Amino acid sequence: MKARVHVMLKEGVLDPQGEAVRHALGQLGFQGVDGVRQGKVIELDLDETDADAARARVTEMCEKLLANTVIERYSVEVQ
Amino acid sequence: MHAAVIVFPGSNCDRDMRVAFETAGARVSMVWHKDTALPGGIDVVGVPGGFSFGDYLRCGAIAANAPIFRSVRDHAARGGFVLGVCNGFQILTETGLLPGALLRNAGLKFVCKTIDLSVETSDSAFTRGYNAGSRISVPVAHHDGNYVADADTLRALRADERVAFRYVDNPNGATDDIAGILSENRRVLGMMPHPERMADPVHGGTDGAVLFRGLVEDVVSA
Repeated sequence: MKARVHVMLKEGVLDPQGEAVRHALGQLGFQGVDGVRQGKVIELDLDETDADAARARVTEMCEKLLANTVIERYSVEVQ
Repeated sequence: MHAAVIVFPGSNCDRDMRVAFETAGARVSMVWHKDTALPGGIDVVGVPGGFSFGDYLRCGAIAANAPIFRSVRDHAARGGFVLGVCNGFQILTETGLLPGALLRNAGLKFVCKTIDLSVETSDSAFTRGYNAGSRISVPVAHHDGNYVADADTLRALRADERVAFRYVDNPNGATDDIAGILSENRRVLGMMPHPERMADPVHGGTDGAVLFRGLVEDVVSA
């Protein structure tokens, strides 16, 4: 089965890249963009067939490697 | 005094760190990241600067999980010295040997220049050769040196005088101007600036050599 992990900087952690994107959008004439946060999407192909087991395994991967929980939060989708 | 310098694919300050340790009087072993054990009798582990694993995923994240790091953790747990410079600092935060994290520079640009640091404490083997409050000149060269930590961590770092170096003129947006921090037992130091690049008169100065000499003297006199 496939899993998709979203990794985002936690609220309150300044995202300089998101801020730069917000400025660039403003310069292009896109008004009304109050905030931009930039994150990552990681897609995994798993040989696991049980959704709960897959979710548990991917969560462990996030804790150990895919996210740095000091500064990032993550969510896991399994399909 | 025997130092090990860990080498990852993408390390580029490993040989400079070796020369700085050797000039200070240490014997140095270069250790490949896939090795599973440090050589016997290692006093200090150096984690060098560079772009380990191309900075993929997050700076230092892949290196922090390299096979050698189990042995580096054991070394630190036994009270061994660990020095992480630049990418080495990023790796040490990823391993949890030091708190906090290094984010993209606030100005988004790679910063490469010689800057002034304020030595915040002389109470460590790394900083014993400096006077607290003195200023030194050391190069920085990084894209992700913007130190962040939660409020409790920052309070603890200040209260225990574990901030080793602060930027005089902050180049990257680091919280509290933090350029380098010590572990609780003061035996693990991570810093973004490069002392090994200011360790010989031909570098333009020797302010960084003081750190390596202090460390070697501390081990030899212990």
